[in-house]
Amino acid sequence: MSGLPSNEVVFFKNSEAIAAEIPDGAFLGLPPDYSMPAMAVVHALIRRDAKHLKLLGVPVLGLSADLLIGAGCVAEVESSAVSLGEAGLAPRFTEAVEKNLLKIKDATCPAIHSGLQATEKGVPFMPLRGVLGSDLLKFRNEWRVIDNPLRRNDPILIVAAIQPDVALFHARWADEAGNVWIGRRKELATIAHAARRCFVTCEEIRPGDMLEDELLAPGVLSSVYVSGVAQARRGAWPLSVAGVYGIDDAHLTLYAKAAKTGEGFRRYLEEYVWNRTPEKNSSPAASRA
Amino acid sequence: MEPYAREELLACCIARLIGDARHVAIGAASPIPATGVFLSNFLHQKPLRISLLHKRSGNPFTEGSRELFDLAGQGRIDLFFLGGAQIDGEANINLVQAEGKRFPGSFGSAFMYFAAGRTILFREEHSKRVLVPRVEFISAPGWSPPGVERRGGPQALLTGKALFLWQKDQRRFRLESVHPGNTLDDIVKSTGFGFDHQAAANTTAAPSAGELVLLRSLVAKEISANYPEFAARVWL
Repeated sequence: MSGLPSNEVVFFKNSEAIAAEIPDGAFLGLPPDYSMPAMAVVHALIRRDAKHLKLLGVPVLGLSADLLIGAGCVAEVESSAVSLGEAGLAPRFTEAVEKNLLKIKDATCPAIHSGLQATEKGVPFMPLRGVLGSDLLKFRNEWRVIDNPLRRNDPILIVAAIQPDVALFHARWADEAGNVWIGRRKELATIAHAARRCFVTCEEIRPGDMLEDELLAPGVLSSVYVSGVAQARRGAWPLSVAGVYGIDDAHLTLYAKAAKTGEGFRRYLEEYVWNRTPEKNSSPAASRA
Repeated sequence: MEPYAREELLACCIARLIGDARHVAIGAASPIPATGVFLSNFLHQKPLRISLLHKRSGNPFTEGSRELFDLAGQGRIDLFFLGGAQIDGEANINLVQAEGKRFPGSFGSAFMYFAAGRTILFREEHSKRVLVPRVEFISAPGWSPPGVERRGGPQALLTGKALFLWQKDQRRFRLESVHPGNTLDDIVKSTGFGFDHQAAANTTAAPSAGELVLLRSLVAKEISANYPEFAARVWL
């Protein structure tokens, strides 16, 4: 396969430089709110007025998607859900779907994981139990029910391989060798393995090579999968980086309220996205970690 | 009798449904089910394994969020919880769209409803808007025809007004009890699907003094770490 990253990681200056690498129309794989979305890059994508993005939720989406949708950057969403969790419905997503402004490909979590795993393995599909009888199937041509070839009269779903153009997430550390420490958030590895290119922001760039450290290495995404890295302190804010800072619940509540109307959402963007530079994005939000 | 919050009553109902489960998993935004599961654990002091998908500290999943589904696929999850924008009398659930309104989406329901040993359906709102004759969109079906491999399915449907148990053979709910303050007539009038019931409905037992003590101490502590807004609303 050509066009996949090898091991030449590019170190970018900041989140804006990474946003510039993500072309309009890209099929963009994003983690859920609990698994370190690169919020600083999401803000930068809005500032650069990205268009026609297709978002893939691995396996669900939240604030990152709602911001991009509200800002008009998104044409299509493939996800098992889009919500703000305890803060409620994702208001810009909900309105866009209800007004038919957004194409939505509804999925179910393990189907997305399995589709990415198929790409990881270079095979065209993966089988998955369950799902039969769900209306999700009616809208997904790339999901098929076959008869288990190893045990007849056993209908089973197969889901097509999913290959995002770009994987995008935040992490605690990258190192000078271009490796990224994701810890237990292994869905980030799955997205990175399956995507054609992978861009990561991180809290800190460590000297040396984390693969030399036996304790860190099991949580490392090897640089072979990484296309580019930029440092972005508090780059997941208002979401969390485990062990560094907690989720800013008060801010999510504020957002959920503000974004209920288009006007409130525009005011939110004005205050928290347009008038913010990557440097200023180290918000004063309280950290619980 | 000591006053209690509606959430505390519902958590007690859930605790009483845990039965012999050894491993309970709890997915997105389910503070009341989580409260019931922790209560059950503290009440019985049996080694119940509780896996909170979104546990903020000490999260049990180290292989990413797919691990929950892999565990369930192997039969390692005995009990799970699902909700629905709509739920119908055949226990089909709809998490996608209803009456022109969009909801977050199906999450893992289309898989977990099959793979978990059993599933408790939970929805606080008990109205004809939610409990409908037929869901508009089946995120996950309540039952499957013979020949479709399916480990589990619904055990019960708990709402803010009543508890129903699922009768697998009849493919129909049976009213188990009505929460204090409601009557059988209320339940019939606010339920959009038919269900079996006795001539006189049982009343759901109120939380005991012992249950309330646990809820407000050990359980509240566990819950506030992961559902801070919910815990603040119910217990502060």
